[in-house]
Amino acid sequence: MTLETIWFCIIVLFWLGYLFLEGFDFGVGMLLPILGRDNTERRVMINTIGPVWDGNEVWLIVAAGAMFAAFPGWYASLFSATYLPLLLVLLALIGRGVAFEYRGKVDSERWRRSWDRVIMIGSWVPPLGVGLLLTTTILGLPLDEHGNRIGGAFESVRWDTLLGALAVVGFALVHGAAFLALKTAGDLRERARLFAIRALPVALLPLFALLAVVQWRDGALWTLVALAVAVVAALVAWRKLVVDRDGQAFAALGVTIAAAVVTLFGALYPDVLPSTLDPANSLTVAETASSPYTLEVITWVGAFGAPAVLVYQGWTYWVFRKRISAAHIPPVHTP
Amino acid sequence: MDVLQLARWQFGITTVYHFLMVPLTIGLSVLVAGMQTAWVRTGEQRYYKMTKFWGKLLLVNFAMGVVTGIVQEFQFGMNWNAYSRFVGDVFGAPLAMEGLVAFFVESTFLGLWIFGWERLPKKVHLACAWAFSLATIASAYFILAANSWMQHPVGAEIVDGKPTLNSIWAVLTNNTALAAIPHTIAGAFSVAAAFLVGIAAWHLWRKRKTDDEHRGVWRSSIRLGGWTGIVAFAVLAITGDVQGKLMFEQQPMKMASAEALCHTEQPASFSIIAIGDVTSENCEDVKTFNVPALLSFLAHSDFTTEVKGVEDLVTEYQARYGTNYPDDPALGELAGKPIDYVPNLPVTYWGFRIMIGFGAISAGTGLLALWLTRKNKIPDTKWFPRLALLSIATPFIANSAGWIFTEMGRQPFVVVPNPSGVDGVWMFTAQAVSRISTGEVWTSLIALTTLYAVLGVVEVFLIRKYVRGGIEGVIPPKTDHDQEGKDELAFAY
Repeated sequence: MTLETIWFCIIVLFWLGYLFLEGFDFGVGMLLPILGRDNTERRVMINTIGPVWDGNEVWLIVAAGAMFAAFPGWYASLFSATYLPLLLVLLALIGRGVAFEYRGKVDSERWRRSWDRVIMIGSWVPPLGVGLLLTTTILGLPLDEHGNRIGGAFESVRWDTLLGALAVVGFALVHGAAFLALKTAGDLRERARLFAIRALPVALLPLFALLAVVQWRDGALWTLVALAVAVVAALVAWRKLVVDRDGQAFAALGVTIAAAVVTLFGALYPDVLPSTLDPANSLTVAETASSPYTLEVITWVGAFGAPAVLVYQGWTYWVFRKRISAAHIPPVHTP
Repeated sequence: MDVLQLARWQFGITTVYHFLMVPLTIGLSVLVAGMQTAWVRTGEQRYYKMTKFWGKLLLVNFAMGVVTGIVQEFQFGMNWNAYSRFVGDVFGAPLAMEGLVAFFVESTFLGLWIFGWERLPKKVHLACAWAFSLATIASAYFILAANSWMQHPVGAEIVDGKPTLNSIWAVLTNNTALAAIPHTIAGAFSVAAAFLVGIAAWHLWRKRKTDDEHRGVWRSSIRLGGWTGIVAFAVLAITGDVQGKLMFEQQPMKMASAEALCHTEQPASFSIIAIGDVTSENCEDVKTFNVPALLSFLAHSDFTTEVKGVEDLVTEYQARYGTNYPDDPALGELAGKPIDYVPNLPVTYWGFRIMIGFGAISAGTGLLALWLTRKNKIPDTKWFPRLALLSIATPFIANSAGWIFTEMGRQPFVVVPNPSGVDGVWMFTAQAVSRISTGEVWTSLIALTTLYAVLGVVEVFLIRKYVRGGIEGVIPPKTDHDQEGKDELAFAY
């Protein structure tokens, strides 16, 4: 395998890490008004992701940064082509991050409600945008010979990319509900579990529809195998939720998204951003890659950095492994 | 306005805004880690309260720093895709390193620090504070290495028309970066120092007549702030001098325009302040108070050497890098037009002076604070807390002015040519911008600026609230809950 291919895989892995990790914390934010009946419950929900959401978000930054370093042409074309959707993602992420930190800083019902709304919007919009971005890079858009988008600002908004947007949102919703079932106790946990059971068959439909479309257009035999794994894992997740094994259900959902990402990017390779105008304009791994020396440098950094990240982020989850319930929530205290 | 101008405005606004939060985070996180260390070592309640109080303000500010940082990374691809394609091979590496090595550590350990108060053993919890604060410095290092490469490209050669990395070591040890890093970090500490001095002075003054149980907290804070401010300013002055000398060598045009030095002089005099019209593109209109020969000394540590002026430099640049932009349709209206090598004179001239002047004010306040609080004294005058509160703003202004000077001073280049090296590794700003519609950039410029403005108001409101709340505002009173031994989340959302 060439370094270029390895870095393609690493970047896919970063995106997978992002979808898996921030997937559930988006889900928790999306469910805030749906499952959180009072302020204490909403605080329980936010505190399940409190120590980890910021670290999870870095996966997005590293995915983008690694694209910049390893495949500058891919990063440059994709990010300028999906300009407005990305802007929405940025605005939503800004609001969301600030909202978590500021929500409890003033003891007023109005203040909290406003920030809850920001958290909710900030959790629905980014998965939509990221879904659109990733689907665009997989299915392509009209590109000229320099790799620039032809057509207007909304060129990347089509039925198939919107399917991708819904796919990520649907996954985040179910994944978040499963995470809440795993991390909370009592009444809230039961509601989260029931929600996940009911929502799963509907919410994962767009993801499987997208997989079918991509497999139909560009798939190979091995991506079909990955697709099958995704389907089976989703069924297992549903079953595990029903029999009240929320840890296993959460893990099975992880397998679902991993297999889905393998199918999608497996079908994309060796392109990184196909041109729907002329295949000759498509951006490929080989064309957009940095020099062998640069790839070597970042490979060394990644080889030491990435395992360390997994270890200390894993440790964070271990430190805060306990289930949280209303009893753990201290009374509100602000100056 | 065209895409280029809009994209430049957006970069300027988002960067200056981001850099209002970042220095406070860097400086304060290290100082808070120091306070917590003092608490763990001595067990004194005063240090515990300091950690909690300043830690809370750190968190309010950190949130904004993080979220505005994402915009910085994404806009290279969104607004500056031609730049990203051209320099990605070199520029992307330190950026990716920042994420992988520094930023992951920063966000993960901050989470552990916020939520780990009761969960983690004391020393492990303290280690999290240090991991977080040192990672903020590492973050700054990688970003400054990337920025310094734009100011002074090294470790690269042109292969197939693009700069290609040939030594990451050269990029990470670029002398421009090695001078910029201590300067920027010291700038960050002077922000945190002024913050400590201003707020502590106000609290000391407010309860000066009563026997305040938290007086020790404020006294320790103001002393720490005062010393930090003075040391930071010393580092700023020394590294600033080193940077200046490098700059005369690497970007002579930037320094000549910072001095409004029209003609080559030998020896060159240093301009203290201008009374003429620095806004005039014709240098002759600028009349300044000069100190003879000082500029020669600043540039080359020698009172007699020649310093090149703007006009001669323009001729030199035209000979080396051409008189007209290439006839490339990607340049839009600028294609084939003459290149203006002189950066915006008023911005560079005043940017340089505002940076130095405002930087010195906060150091002066720090010195004053140390004098007024010597031997356990409490200043009883009203002017001092007022001055101290006002001077919180000065290092912020100095930092912003410094960055505006650095970035505007390198125009019309986005990657400034290295005069003593690498052939062809440079790029005009006009060539760097994405080919997108003005509507898109207008939308993002307006949306981001509006959101930043709203959130800026909210942040200031919250910081004010917590500052006024004092120690009681950050340490919850003991409740029945505690006595029942319930396992509560400390410092939770």
